[in-house]
Amino acid sequence: MTEKLHINALENEAIYIFREVAAQFEKPVLLFSGGKDSITLVRLAQKAFYPAKIPFPLMHIDTGHNFPETIEFRDRLVEELGVELIVRNVQDSIDQGKVKEESGRYSSRNMLQTTTLLDAIEEFKFDACIGGARRDEEKARAKERIFSVRDDFGQWDEKNQRPELFDMLNGNIDLGQNVRVFPISNWTELDVWTYIENEDLEIPSIYFAHKRDIFVRDGLIWSASEHVYKDDEELVEERMVRFRTVGDMSCTAAVDSYALSISEVVAEIRDSSISERGARIDDKRSEAAMEKRKQQGYF
Amino acid sequence: MEVLKIATAGSVDDGKSTLIGRLLYDTKSLTDDKLKAIERSSKQKGYDYLDFSLATDGLVAEREQGITIDVAHIYFSTATRSYIIADTPGHVEYTRNMVTGASTSQAAIILIDARHGVIEQTYRHFFINNLLRIKNVIVAVNKMDLVDFSEERYNEIKADFQKLVEKSEYEDQHIAFIPVSALKGDNVVKKSDSMSWYKGETLLSHLEKLDTNDIYNTGKMRFPVQFVIRPKTEEFHDYRGYAGKVYGGDIKVGDEVVVLPSQTKTKIKEIYFNDKKYESASRRSSISVILENDVNVSRGDMIVKINELPKVEKQFTATVSWMDAMQLVAGSKYVLQHGVHKVLAKVTAINHKIETDFSGVENNVSALNMNDIASVSFQLNKPIFFDSFKENRTNGAFILIDVQSNNTAGVGFIE
Repeated sequence: MTEKLHINALENEAIYIFREVAAQFEKPVLLFSGGKDSITLVRLAQKAFYPAKIPFPLMHIDTGHNFPETIEFRDRLVEELGVELIVRNVQDSIDQGKVKEESGRYSSRNMLQTTTLLDAIEEFKFDACIGGARRDEEKARAKERIFSVRDDFGQWDEKNQRPELFDMLNGNIDLGQNVRVFPISNWTELDVWTYIENEDLEIPSIYFAHKRDIFVRDGLIWSASEHVYKDDEELVEERMVRFRTVGDMSCTAAVDSYALSISEVVAEIRDSSISERGARIDDKRSEAAMEKRKQQGYF
Repeated sequence: MEVLKIATAGSVDDGKSTLIGRLLYDTKSLTDDKLKAIERSSKQKGYDYLDFSLATDGLVAEREQGITIDVAHIYFSTATRSYIIADTPGHVEYTRNMVTGASTSQAAIILIDARHGVIEQTYRHFFINNLLRIKNVIVAVNKMDLVDFSEERYNEIKADFQKLVEKSEYEDQHIAFIPVSALKGDNVVKKSDSMSWYKGETLLSHLEKLDTNDIYNTGKMRFPVQFVIRPKTEEFHDYRGYAGKVYGGDIKVGDEVVVLPSQTKTKIKEIYFNDKKYESASRRSSISVILENDVNVSRGDMIVKINELPKVEKQFTATVSWMDAMQLVAGSKYVLQHGVHKVLAKVTAINHKIETDFSGVENNVSALNMNDIASVSFQLNKPIFFDSFKENRTNGAFILIDVQSNNTAGVGFIE
């Protein structure tokens, strides 16, 4: 106990938001994908409630097409934290006939997650779902509130959002509604990476450069995997790559990289001339891909 | 890294999006894929310059209509600090959005089209920055290229704006004037070659030099309790930490404090941030404190220093900015959220409406519509612990929540 506390404004804002969630809602849940943003969220939640445990469970909506490295990492982290992990599978929604698997060249289970997520929210009666979305990621997200209200169908009404003033977060909702909460709304990709570096957080190995079987389509680097549709003409080669986001194998493209440590990753992002979501196949579907998904109840 | 939040205000077509785009472009914050998308889109629309508004307008309806509907947040950083721009639209729901954007900002840029000079919209923009007590205001006189970079024209506009400043009661406000051409890039990030008569800084270098210690309005220390941390584990059996964010001033171990509303006196025993203890913490820190005595404290209570008591009252008058489609009328009831404290409030009177162009007040108003600003008196079911907005920006503000729709219907600044 010596000095004065030096603060990181973004970290303190996020901690404040976490505490508002715990205080204003009955059944919050932290949506955990195993990606860098949700790992950052978990760290912030730990700090918000220390020395108590994080007062809500984590939930992973598993498409079944995740990178195995991410799943292995997820299970290890949950064990260390001693918190409950809920996993709900897109495969179950497919088996129950609630959603139909896409087929063909650009097929992905990314869109199907929405149904599984909404079912899980109803099953557990979650009233607040905490997510790692950031406003700098994508232009529809740039307009979203920190407490973003969803109706009974999980839908986002982008033209009728509550104003958010000063620090005051209004979590009042009707029965059946829920709120999506984004504590790191104001962080940039670089802020997240710098935080991971400063806090010395462990992250899944696919964020670092590694040798991988890939093929190139539309100028993007796709993973060659049983979960990713590939034409016979599309040639597989081995390359040094890493991932900037960890989504489904079918919607996340890799980038060429030799970054083997966090500091090398940070340096690479600082110099990068491509945005983070530039390597998201799901956003290339149309100019308004994210906005449409959000209206339907996506993360 | 320090973060500076800036609100931008401008009328339709005075080049706000272009200015933001220019800031991003000249600080190399636009990535290749985003730039390509802008180039492609501008070409499709047949423009002969880059339409930077495409970088900020996020919703389909906005792109279709070429207007900005909602507050957008734009991020960029320099070696000195990170910036967040809250870009607010300049049309219909203007007041509501501008108040919202300004509430979280420490600085504001007001854009003026050099051809049109100070217009009625400029009055409103400045009025809101005043109402919200934004300490640093930058008046960017844009489109200087279209007035032949005329020093005379710039000085004329500056003098007109100074007349507005004389009407302001906010004496601590710093106002800077910068002549720019967002389209050509003059005095935004790079110094202009065409305005050698201007000896001041560029917009970016002005922003870079704003002292971060000075941009926040300070006052007496306020610690509203957000959450009580009780681990109930063997190791921390009797731990009872009060989690919250510090406002106004510093908090120190050993400070003699009073807990409101119980008026219990005690001392700060320990200050925690995560698993570390600290001697003191400054405003805006999200910490937990342990008190010397075993007192009963819950969410919504407030810890303050012993000789710095706020007002503890059930009745007050505030300037309200109304944001809901449902009108505010005398007699209506709302949930009033003051910081993290929620109480019930009844409107006892609408005293008068305030014109946002400094032209005075309108008496005998029976209802407030969206975007109206007015003096309103309230009666609460329980007291809140507040300062006037002028003394403490965060502890003098509240929101009104509609009990039926749960919408945030308005914001108030206590007089």
